[in-house]
Amino acid sequence: MTIRLNGEPYEIAGPVTISALLAALNLDPRIVAVEHNIVVVKRHQYDATVVREGDEIEIVRFVGGG
Amino acid sequence: MTSDPLIIAGRAFRSRLVVGTGKYPSNAVMADAHRASGTDMVTVAVRRVNLSDKSKESLIDYIERERIFILPNTAGCYTAEDAIRTARLAREVGLSNWVKLEVIGDERTLFPDNVALLEATRVLVAEGFVVLPYTNDDPVICRKLEEAGAAAVMPLGAPIGSGLGIQNPNNIRIIKDQARVPVIVDAGVGTASDAAIAMELGADGVLMNSAIALAEDPVAMASAMKLAVEAGRLAFRAGRIPKRPHGSASSPPEGRIAAAAAAAGGRTGA
Repeated sequence: MTIRLNGEPYEIAGPVTISALLAALNLDPRIVAVEHNIVVVKRHQYDATVVREGDEIEIVRFVGGG
Repeated sequence: MTSDPLIIAGRAFRSRLVVGTGKYPSNAVMADAHRASGTDMVTVAVRRVNLSDKSKESLIDYIERERIFILPNTAGCYTAEDAIRTARLAREVGLSNWVKLEVIGDERTLFPDNVALLEATRVLVAEGFVVLPYTNDDPVICRKLEEAGAAAVMPLGAPIGSGLGIQNPNNIRIIKDQARVPVIVDAGVGTASDAAIAMELGADGVLMNSAIALAEDPVAMASAMKLAVEAGRLAFRAGRIPKRPHGSASSPPEGRIAAAAAAAGGRTGA
């Protein structure tokens, strides 16, 4: 299926949970935050939240700033 | 000097200097500069994970989290909606509900959009955030932000990254006079005297990034800023003398060997 990940089309076999998506991307869930169709997903909901065809996902982290 | 913590929303900070984490030559230099500055609160930005290059070291590993509180910002947001989304994401990364709220209204000056800022402050306060808005040096908007529930107000000294120093000292003084929440001068500091001036005006703290990070020697500048903030704070608490247009001798006029001549001319020296 194709999702929109950080503004770009992204191919992944799905549907997948947020947990599985982060694992596939090799991202440490403790240092990122995830938005699923404009709604922030709480960490304890990563296993229960399912990403489907066409969904929009944003994954962010902290970077240097003022 | 007795303990003089900066207290925001019930949380005490030993240092009145808030430092950024952007633009340093390296993360190692940043960590040294943070140590030299004595800060116990640093700002960070929220950005998309770079999916093509995940090898980059994590900023967080270079922040002494047991000693330093992390304040996420909403830098780069141009609408209330984007700032609110960014704040919600930041809360989820950082596991704290504090946010330095920025809603930029003009790309060239980076001046805030006060209308959107006020709107975003209301929404985030209602969601339980501790909101520290970066704002213009305007007493009216600062009062409105405070009424909207801001935990502090953060008027700019000059445009972000400009290094121009405190452009409108009188406004900073007025903002401090009326505020019942801490006032933190955020942006515009170029060198140590600028930070000292902000504190002498009565600001409760100073927030800076570029002045330290882009200095030729960021660690030395961080030390200078620590001293400047402390000196300015001490001077403010000590109570400065009033300004006067003419001289006033420090040494006694009586007993001078040339007293007769001076009396004739009416002059006294230092």
